Amino acid sequence: MAKTVIPIGPYHPLQEEPEFFKLLVEGEKVVDLEIEIGYNHRGIEKIAESKSYDQVLFLVERVCGICSTSHPIACVNALEDLGDINVPERALYIRSIVAELERLHSHLLWLGLAGHFIGYNTVWMWAWKYREPVLDIFEKIAGNRQHYAMMKVGGVRRDIEANDIPAIGKMVDGLLPVLDMFRGAVMDDPVIHARLKGIGVLTKDDVFEYGAVGPTARASGVAIDVRKDDPYAAYPLVDWQVITQQEGDVFAKAVVRILEMYESIRIIKGCLDRLKVVGGEIDAKVKEIPPGEGIGRHEAPRGEVFHYVRSDGSNRPVRYKIRAPSYMNVPTNQKSVVGGTISDATITLAAVDPCYCCTERVAVVDKRTGKKGLTGQDLIRLSEEKTFKIKRNFGRMKWRE
Amino acid sequence: MKAEEILTRLKDKFSGRVLRVLKKSPRRLYVDFDPKDVPEVVRLLLRELRGRLVTATGIDTRNNIEILYHFSFDSSGIIISLRTLIDRKSPEIESITPIIRGAEWIEREIHELLGVNFVNHPNLKRLLLFENWPEGKYPLRRE
Repeated sequence: MAKTVIPIGPYHPLQEEPEFFKLLVEGEKVVDLEIEIGYNHRGIEKIAESKSYDQVLFLVERVCGICSTSHPIACVNALEDLGDINVPERALYIRSIVAELERLHSHLLWLGLAGHFIGYNTVWMWAWKYREPVLDIFEKIAGNRQHYAMMKVGGVRRDIEANDIPAIGKMVDGLLPVLDMFRGAVMDDPVIHARLKGIGVLTKDDVFEYGAVGPTARASGVAIDVRKDDPYAAYPLVDWQVITQQEGDVFAKAVVRILEMYESIRIIKGCLDRLKVVGGEIDAKVKEIPPGEGIGRHEAPRGEVFHYVRSDGSNRPVRYKIRAPSYMNVPTNQKSVVGGTISDATITLAAVDPCYCCTERVAVVDKRTGKKGLTGQDLIRLSEEKTFKIKRNFGRMKWRE
Repeated sequence: MKAEEILTRLKDKFSGRVLRVLKKSPRRLYVDFDPKDVPEVVRLLLRELRGRLVTATGIDTRNNIEILYHFSFDSSGIIISLRTLIDRKSPEIESITPIIRGAEWIEREIHELLGVNFVNHPNLKRLLLFENWPEGKYPLRRE
């Protein structure tokens, strides 16, 4: 059978940042996958060398538009490791609240898109609707829906006022019935079981060989979570647990993210309770960063963010190294996508939650003729049709014309 | 696995070849090795001690090219950074991608940004830079 090359990207709605996937297919089966990145390379590590530490925090916040506070948290952790800086307790709670609110809206965003790719457009609309109150809370406490600029070496920039605490508590309480609904929609729906179970499987060994992190690793039974393993902020001070699943398929990744949102709410509520009783400073008022090197990590919604900083005692870093979680997670697609079918490729590529971008440019090209066959819309349609077929087999609805 | 245990294992296996140990903080360790020992040390950290490869950092120190391989020991939150200095004029070191697949992109990135040749890398081409970027120009070099 003739082999066909299917390029996905560089711009595609599956991806938050542009990357290019070249699927080599035989008929319906994916036999190989090449990944190209670099379309969004902005040289942030190099730029950081010309910025003062205060400016670096604002710079790294712009590495990602979805989990925008992840990089500042890793950055302050690195600089506090470098300078042996102690952070006031109140600031620790505020850091964790901001980080967990971010996880909530990031996971809801993923859930919506994942629903869309398998033809559950109601899930898409609803997940994004329920994401809005989280962003509204950010606007209330940080002034911005994204790019909150809350982190600072030695503390946080803004306090969470006593009269904002009830609003945050009310919002997360309001999310609980929504999560129950989504959990039911995913876990009790035989169609979703048939559609996502056994698809895009990543084994424990694959996770180790590729160094995968975050929900991608935890869905394969690897219980790694920086918040527990290398405690920082308020994570050792409140009660919560690491969520894992054993199967490693797309279904397990969805379940991990949904259950993690419950844990985020537990953390937020635990921190809010503590904020009511822990007063005092929110900033250690750090004057300078001494010479040396420091490493900081943060468990972002997509996994471990890693920052390495070297200082020569001036007000600018000598070297600033950033490693985002998708850097380790995206190559795992070479294991999870290959061997599957084209109709499963979209949801499998999306299952590691590679940062999403809004433009699309996908085409299926016949290797011999170079003729365009399918577009990005067609790929999503293929994926949706598979879901409809399963639904039809379950006798729940008629096949769509 | 505790930091002391890892250090003992390293010192037992590579007696006299551990050039320097720096304990920055309880969970951050830096150990220096000669470039030719790197694949063996990486194999010990990954295969025997089951560390997780986090990433590697390349630095142009003006005298040398410095490479730090960061390994995480998740059960104790420790990060061991394996530091090695290579010649700046013709930077070359054995690739660790044959040992661990996850290193492929990491080494490709250091290759294009600092001009380090990773010997026996299976696919040493550009990762991030624009295809028309001139050969022999390395953005993170300090010239």
